[in-house]
Amino acid sequence: MPVIEYIDAIRLAMKEEMERDGDVFVLGEDVGLKGGVFGTTKGLQQQFGELRALDAPLAESAIAGVAIGAAMAGMKPIAEMQYSDFMFPATNQIISEAAKIRYRSNNDWDCPVVIRAPIGGGVFGGLYHSQCPESVFFGTPGLKIVAPATAYDAKGLLKAAIRDPDPVLFFENKKCYRLISDEVPDEDYIVPIGKSKVMREGADLTVIGYSMPLHFAMQAAEELSLEHGIEAHILDLRTIQPLDREGILEAAAKTGKVLIVHEDNKTGGVGAEVAAMIAEELLYDLDAPIRRLCGPDVPAMPINPPGEKHFLLNKEKLKTAMLELARY
Amino acid sequence: MAKQIVEITMPQLAESLVSATIDRWLKEPGDMLEMYEPICELITDKVNAELPSTVRGKLVKHLIGSGETVEVGAAICLVEVEAASDAESAGQTISNDAPATNVAAPATRPATAAAYGGTADANAPMRHRYSPAVQKLAAEHGIDLNRVAGTGEGGRITRKDVLAAAESGSAGHRAATSGAAPATPIVPMDPSIPVRSSGIHLSESPRIPSVEMEGQEVPGRGEYFIDVTPVRNTIATRMRQSVSEIPHGWMMIEVDVTNLVLLRNKQKDEFKKREGINLTYMPFMIKAVVNAIKDYPIMNSVWAVDKIIVKRDINISLSVGTEDSVVTPVIRNADQKNISGLAHEIDDLARRTRDKKLKLDDIQGGTFTVNNTGSFGSILTQPIINYPQAAIITFESIVKRPVVINDMIGVRSMVNLCLSLDHRILDGVICGRFLQRVKENLESYDLETKVY
Repeated sequence: MPVIEYIDAIRLAMKEEMERDGDVFVLGEDVGLKGGVFGTTKGLQQQFGELRALDAPLAESAIAGVAIGAAMAGMKPIAEMQYSDFMFPATNQIISEAAKIRYRSNNDWDCPVVIRAPIGGGVFGGLYHSQCPESVFFGTPGLKIVAPATAYDAKGLLKAAIRDPDPVLFFENKKCYRLISDEVPDEDYIVPIGKSKVMREGADLTVIGYSMPLHFAMQAAEELSLEHGIEAHILDLRTIQPLDREGILEAAAKTGKVLIVHEDNKTGGVGAEVAAMIAEELLYDLDAPIRRLCGPDVPAMPINPPGEKHFLLNKEKLKTAMLELARY
Repeated sequence: MAKQIVEITMPQLAESLVSATIDRWLKEPGDMLEMYEPICELITDKVNAELPSTVRGKLVKHLIGSGETVEVGAAICLVEVEAASDAESAGQTISNDAPATNVAAPATRPATAAAYGGTADANAPMRHRYSPAVQKLAAEHGIDLNRVAGTGEGGRITRKDVLAAAESGSAGHRAATSGAAPATPIVPMDPSIPVRSSGIHLSESPRIPSVEMEGQEVPGRGEYFIDVTPVRNTIATRMRQSVSEIPHGWMMIEVDVTNLVLLRNKQKDEFKKREGINLTYMPFMIKAVVNAIKDYPIMNSVWAVDKIIVKRDINISLSVGTEDSVVTPVIRNADQKNISGLAHEIDDLARRTRDKKLKLDDIQGGTFTVNNTGSFGSILTQPIINYPQAAIITFESIVKRPVVINDMIGVRSMVNLCLSLDHRILDGVICGRFLQRVKENLESYDLETKVY
């Protein structure tokens, strides 16, 4: 099975879906001629033409609005937000229109749109190129939100998102683009939305998260295994809305000690909901307080390198938190 | 030699303590401090404690004024100490750090002197904090957690520890809990006990200092305010906790103490001459109670939700009232003392209570409370249990009453004993037997009883 980069997995998913279904098209800033600011849509305009790889003006509300309208008219658009930080002008289109149209129209209308947006910091991007806006959209009924951590899941989830009959936000981690490579099969497959995945089996503590911080958790887990004989059980949520209740409870019950990690800030984040879910249903399986290791509650990622380093999670931070919980 | 300023922090004097009030400073800026020398008086729960210095040096500055309340861990004064000089070159920073940690260490040490329970271990403060998972698994597998080693932080028993114990079967199955005390047959009173005659009231009016409360007149209103003192506040909290947590049951028994009255009258002058203190009824009462507890050890216990903790040591809390409060100093190992020894202990504790000279140690560790309510003339009271103990007994006024004995009427010195009990632990049968035993013990005193 070929090993490919995370970013290539995303591009391949779009390419294959556009080949499979003539209604699928991409639009966004610089996605056409340039092939995307990160190169995610490279080659799509050459292969599918200007009408299926549309360069949009610098107006996120228009990108989302056009995509939503096209979706309601029967197309399968993939709208790209250049950075998730710029997504906020489109928030109204996404939350008030895309998420509600099926409900509002009593099932007459639907909106099979995919909105891709790169999240995460660690690229010296500062305030407007590093944010994790999941929590803004999280908890909005009518939206599905996925955030893959591996190339395999990125491809499978993007295909599932494109084929899904409802709006899906696809949060890809820009730090993962070239850093993460793994085995991705050539043949067509999808990763079902709403299903988490156990990345690592262990009996001492459970780490639950999504996107980039899971890789730090995996590295920390290997070291803890070698140095302390501590075996971490790691669960990748993959989909953060709807949350995989069954998968979360199973993973939490396995060890009774839960650490939830994400780069988005702690207060009001996805981790709070995961923790609440466990607290509601698993009190008698808990062996330690549920803990969260997340970004600090500051307005945004600093641009200065020490500040950015302080803000971001890393292997050491994960290792410390995991060791502490394992020993509790 | 290099000087350096260190902070002295407010120590945690007891487990539940989060703050303390500085009553007054005993050392002023400029004074030299020896190690362990008292530097100020603290008002904490129910007691005034002296704060010993944790360093040797010169007091530089008070950070907290008299009467101010600060949280545990807050710095209260600055002391100039001599820096360790043996590591001038390379270890400079290390030697600078060292005295600071020395200050912190003794300050936190008394925290383990837990007020209740007595099971806290300084090395394993989490030993008895059971997570839901641990409790569930222990119940499922019938594991006695007291026999499981804790490998978690602070000695905590983890889920894995319980699973391992279940697998190895090492902690075994829980032995049948001995909730009930060994049943002792009730011995009926012997009707041929010799008839007793007169008696007197026990009241020895206690030496009570008058305490001025800080009141504040509100002009033009028919009321005024009294400040709630820390002691008053503590009493309020404890009473509320006891009444709301413990389902109180209540019983009373009548005891003929005619012989005891005779005995005391015979002994008291001689005793005063030899011992220099008054011989009251309380040591006799306590002796009778302690001996009854010996027979019914469940009276000396604590409710711990999933178990009942029976205390081996019999430490009698004695209610001592002052003008504005009530304190319960403790007679330790009361079962090992004779009547004279108890008399001395009672006298000492009562005196130190009224002089506000009790130490924290003096009020901790009580397992059963005796309250001499008769000293204020009552013949019937409904006491509130001294939380978290299992029961409290009162000794009411001795009064002369006509009593029918063997179908004849005689004038006897009678006293009521009232018992409030934690009905989660104790029931009527056991308490009835216990009171009968106290009664038998009190009625079996006679003129030949030795006080030594």
